[in-house]
Amino acid sequence: MDVGEFCAQSHVLVIAGKGGVGKTTMAAAVARMAADAGKTVLIVELEGKSGITAAFGRRGDLGYEDEELWAGTGDSGAEAVRARRLTPDDALIEYLEDHGLKRVSKRLARSGLLDVVATAIPGIRDVLVLGKVKQLERAEVADLIVVDAPATGHAVTFLTSASGMVDAARGGPLRTQAQDVVELLSDPARCRVLLVTVPEELPVSETIETAYTLEDKAGVQLGPVIVNACDPEPVGLDRPAAEVVAGAAGAAGADSISPGHLVALEEARLFRLARHQVSAEQVERLLRELPLPHLIVPALDAPSIGPAETAALAEALAEAVGALVAEGAP
Amino acid sequence: MSPAPAEPDPAGDGLDEDDDRLGTDEAALGDGGRSDGAGNDGRGPVAADQTAATLHELVSGSAVIVCCGSGGVGKTTVSATFALAAARLGRRSCVVTVDPARRLADALGVESLPNTPTEVKGPWPGRLHALMLDSKGTFDDLVEHYARTPEQAESILANRLYQNLAGALSGTQEYMAMEKLYELVSSKEFDIVVVDTPPTRNALDLLDAPRRLTRFLENRLFRALLVPTRMSLRAVGVATQALLRTVAKVAGAEIVQDAVTFFQAFEGMEDGFRTRASAVRELLADPGTAYILVTSARPDAVAEASFFAEKLNERDVEVAALVVNRLAPSFGVPDAAAGAATVPVPVPVPGLDALESNLAELNEVAALEAAAYGGLAAQVAPAPVGRIPLFGQDVHELEGLQRAADCLFP
Repeated sequence: MDVGEFCAQSHVLVIAGKGGVGKTTMAAAVARMAADAGKTVLIVELEGKSGITAAFGRRGDLGYEDEELWAGTGDSGAEAVRARRLTPDDALIEYLEDHGLKRVSKRLARSGLLDVVATAIPGIRDVLVLGKVKQLERAEVADLIVVDAPATGHAVTFLTSASGMVDAARGGPLRTQAQDVVELLSDPARCRVLLVTVPEELPVSETIETAYTLEDKAGVQLGPVIVNACDPEPVGLDRPAAEVVAGAAGAAGADSISPGHLVALEEARLFRLARHQVSAEQVERLLRELPLPHLIVPALDAPSIGPAETAALAEALAEAVGALVAEGAP
Repeated sequence: MSPAPAEPDPAGDGLDEDDDRLGTDEAALGDGGRSDGAGNDGRGPVAADQTAATLHELVSGSAVIVCCGSGGVGKTTVSATFALAAARLGRRSCVVTVDPARRLADALGVESLPNTPTEVKGPWPGRLHALMLDSKGTFDDLVEHYARTPEQAESILANRLYQNLAGALSGTQEYMAMEKLYELVSSKEFDIVVVDTPPTRNALDLLDAPRRLTRFLENRLFRALLVPTRMSLRAVGVATQALLRTVAKVAGAEIVQDAVTFFQAFEGMEDGFRTRASAVRELLADPGTAYILVTSARPDAVAEASFFAEKLNERDVEVAALVVNRLAPSFGVPDAAAGAATVPVPVPVPGLDALESNLAELNEVAALEAAAYGGLAAQVAPAPVGRIPLFGQDVHELEGLQRAADCLFP
């Protein structure tokens, strides 16, 4: 599938996944990929602190006002990536201000009453955050909005609380808000969720579970699953090191390999094969148990994620998108 | 605690300061002969011994170990490893897990009996117990304990706001983990309790949890509303009354009613809760309580761990040890962690180039990871750095825990 086409399928892409799977890195890569394909992008970050600025070579945390993280290239058609913060507290205060409580909202936040309200109505924070995302989408602030969803397993709560609230609340502005959010999440032309995982047992199990919960419970539209940090297929490691060397006995230099080095070669070979097997089994299980298209992203051997790594991942992602069958996407 | 400033690593090998004290001679002795399949981490035997000795001391001397770190780094596994190590030393240990992987939960036998310590049998002189935290159940127990009458407990437990509390108020799960910890320590049934913590972005959530909850329960605005004396009415002001009406209009009247009922039902229990919370705080600040920072060597995880360490330091909480989990192993000579420096003599043997480049690549990854956590190791110095390599298989079973314990406590 053409990358531009992929990025034009929905206005909002929510990137969700368990902690430690590289969710924020993938949000940056998706944003960069879309920008490279000529789309203006706004990244929305929900936790008040994230590595998303570092992924574009900037320092510090994002503010409530959006700022440019990457300027694009102009002439070659790559657009800019902008980003902003949108924490639940930001959204709650803005919502209260919009409902005639401007003067007291900050004081209320301090007094702890907002905690009481948010506890009395679980999910209010999530609904308000997504309501604000919906508002940004309606205002067409960018061709594509990339939401870096909360980590640590809260993705399900985050995405299902709106439908829960529609069921629970009888009326009033909050119900309207929740209904708007449900409409946003269930319309694939407006919003899709990309789950990120890595080829390991626990993250894969959680991804499968999350996918079914999101579809069944909240009618959330899922895009392809991003499988991050995949080991490449080992090439030329099928024969034991000793056999390779023995087979070449007499050949120039074969005798110069020390026994210690031979052990290292063999251990490294077995380790690679074992890790690859774990990884391949998990990818296979994911494909078997979760009938969604997937984007395989290779592991990156880099000390940290900066602009160069983000660009490389965006390219790998674009290649994986290119391999998607156009009709296959749900 | 006065952590050494994070210095750039001149040797570029990412190893922490222990190695510098070693002197090159000892380091060069290395353990080149070791070939246990897990590779080696490029450290000399003396540094490894020092780390092991300090970790041993931690496990044999602490009453409580709190494992902190971000999600996805294997905190649960590391917590269980420490509890296992204590049992191996003949102590009675209990690990409190929060959301373990299914196979680990099976291995520990905690899934069927949440909130109750279950003994894990094995070939060790001490006794190992494991428990899976049930936040809501722990909170219920607290309410029942401090309620003046069974009726009061019942009306609180039935309140909708209360039922949401455990799931919705941030920090509640953290507090319940700490509360469970306190309960287990007070029971005197264990010599050491190791607690896994919920994956938290902010270390302060963990340390502030007791205070957050009591502040919520003592919410002054609501308290004042319940006792509408002349004075408190003046203190609350008409604005708050108006606010509650607005909240009712926006969110529904029953929600405000739930809140009022909840605080009414809670009347008279705050003292008990406050006393308990301060006891929990004291336990967390006790010298017998050690904090272990767990991370993987992935750059983003290291960055989060570093942020975590900073916050702990701001609160004068000393990091007793850093555990780097799932560390990419290096293979071959001890200084292989220094990376592709070990360029082999090019040998024209067919099929050997793939083996050589595989070895070089793996060693390069190991070197990158060592560099990634080197700064963090300096930040938490003089805390020892324990390393658990990435095994060929994922660690989800008792056998895997034993291997991990073998690495940390040789």
